[in-house]
Amino acid sequence: MGSEKGLRKTFKEWDEGPVAKTLAKFPERKEQFETLSGIPVDRLYGPSEKALMEYEQELCFPGMFPFTRGVQPTMYRGRFWTMRQYSGFATAKETNERFKFLLNQGQTGLSIAFDLPTQIGYDSDNPLAQGEVGKVGVAINSLADMELLFDGIPLDKVSTSMTINAPAAILLAMYIAVGEKQGVPMNKLRGTIQNDILKEYVARGTFIHGPKESMRLITDTFKFCSENMPLWNTISISGYHIREAGSTAVQEVAFTLANGIAYVDAAIKVGLDVDSFASRLSFFFGSHSDFFEEIAKFRAARRLWAKIMHDRFGAKDDSSCRMRFHTQTAGCTLTAQQPDNNVVRVTLQALQGVLGGTQSLHTNSRDEALSLPTEQSVQIALRTQQIIAYETGVGDTIDPLAGSYFIEHLTDEVEKRAMEYIIKIDDLGGAPAAIEKGFIQREINDSAYEFQQAIDNSTRVVVGLNKFTVEEEQQFDYLRVDPAVEAEQIGRLQEMREERDQAAVEKTLEALRSAAESDSNLMPLILDAVKAYATLGEMCGVLREVFGEYRAPDIL
Amino acid sequence: MSSSKKIRVLVAKPGLDGHDRGAKIVARALRDAGMEVIYTGLRQTPEMIVEAAISEDVNVIGLSILSGAHNALFPKIMELLKAEGGDNILVIGGGIIPHDDVPALKAVGIAEVFGPGTPLADIVGYIESNVKL
Repeated sequence: MGSEKGLRKTFKEWDEGPVAKTLAKFPERKEQFETLSGIPVDRLYGPSEKALMEYEQELCFPGMFPFTRGVQPTMYRGRFWTMRQYSGFATAKETNERFKFLLNQGQTGLSIAFDLPTQIGYDSDNPLAQGEVGKVGVAINSLADMELLFDGIPLDKVSTSMTINAPAAILLAMYIAVGEKQGVPMNKLRGTIQNDILKEYVARGTFIHGPKESMRLITDTFKFCSENMPLWNTISISGYHIREAGSTAVQEVAFTLANGIAYVDAAIKVGLDVDSFASRLSFFFGSHSDFFEEIAKFRAARRLWAKIMHDRFGAKDDSSCRMRFHTQTAGCTLTAQQPDNNVVRVTLQALQGVLGGTQSLHTNSRDEALSLPTEQSVQIALRTQQIIAYETGVGDTIDPLAGSYFIEHLTDEVEKRAMEYIIKIDDLGGAPAAIEKGFIQREINDSAYEFQQAIDNSTRVVVGLNKFTVEEEQQFDYLRVDPAVEAEQIGRLQEMREERDQAAVEKTLEALRSAAESDSNLMPLILDAVKAYATLGEMCGVLREVFGEYRAPDIL
Repeated sequence: MSSSKKIRVLVAKPGLDGHDRGAKIVARALRDAGMEVIYTGLRQTPEMIVEAAISEDVNVIGLSILSGAHNALFPKIMELLKAEGGDNILVIGGGIIPHDDVPALKAVGIAEVFGPGTPLADIVGYIESNVKL
């Protein structure tokens, strides 16, 4: 391994294999890349003749195992990452307008934020939804809302990511149904459902059922999609929320990959072949404030996942080992003080994601420590990505920081330390058992508390917060969700209920109930109920009755 | 009041919001400052919070909300608390709460609202100076 001759040979294989194949399908953005002073920029820079040890095994070439240097042979020389701003508020109609605004501004993918009642499986008129309708995202009660949400947006032209977990199967079914109405069959739909319940128990809180029943819903979607939706990402295994809850970078990688292992285990246990679903697993990470550690983290996560899939699960296809991920800049690093400074933070964090080889990116808006972002703030956030992409040239060669002593060292360290955690979690019986025992929660809580103490005693500097502070009046243009939205949404929901064929709804809900009581795949039955305009709350209500509800242990 | 009596605090997460990093950190800081802390966990209705506050005989309630539902839920909690005779309880709030909303929350009896970036010591100090034991 790693001999000069071996490496030259692998380089040739890479150049004539994956690169040539990719170029034939997706030509690069330019014939030739060069710097501002006219120096040509090659696709890739490799180790000097002297530094070949272990190169092939630990780094290798982009698009080749273990993918440390990136998942595609040409990366951003072909196409920039997908610029995908997470958005959604108020009603489907208002969010539809925001989507169209973002697409007109050059955004290249959609990402839906749902309100909390939707995420927890309640219709807008449920008493528990009071005060929450349309607040942190858009309220979607039935297919009727979903049709409005995508009105005038052709689903064969966009890819859509949905931050939805407990009721992910239901929202996916609604998306399929909208596609059908537009004449786009489900095998042409591109996008992602988050569908990652394990991190909800430790970090995000929008679970409905217990782990066992939730895992069944997840493996049902894996199976359904592996047969019907070859372009769909069936899960986005998310470290972002673990990080936002306070974990370190190492813990973020470790706990996310441990959850990933649990999903692969569960799918194999219900009889799926690992190579039939693994290529559609996707990931989601945060980009926090430690510049080099974050870049190393992305590279380490890619390499570690590749090794896990190959060594632990015996995946045969390279595509099963290839970690594709979305990145979001870290919301928890935004300050309410001197909020314009957040634009600079977001710029650096976005750059980290790009230097780490992300497939898509959300840049936070400067005002998110205060409220939902205004249209103007969202525009600056999107422009930040566009400036990085179109003006800086960082995408003109692949993985430009590779070979830096520091970056490679940090990459090795993050991988090693994350693996130590994964072994510990294995010893506890895997991620679900470690969550049940409160191990992962306690680890995150301890890190969060230490971080806060470091800010409070100023050993960690946050500019504008504990150093370089100013007296300021908070004057900001907030985005307000009109309280009338709740009543309006409820009014439309009740109208829809009166107009639909009630007998058809009841029939499909009964079918869903008996399927839930058996072992059959729930996806087709959910799809039937969705098409009959059964509401999200009604479907989740049936599943709540059969599966029960989870009560999280309160761990400080 | 004897200074040896421990301040009892209920840290509560009203509504459907799952962001509990702040609530947990505050709970821990108050405990480290010598207070007795009860944390409700997620998804508490106003009724559940008030019932817990009364039955646990707390001196302070800390409400944390980041979902934007504070204008609906905080007044409801204050109303129920009054009806249950909990007027003596010091109620404070925190989370993502726009400045413009604070006067109305104070008008219904929320004593103080702590936004992002508040040092933990400020919250501890505020409780120690304002609690009625």
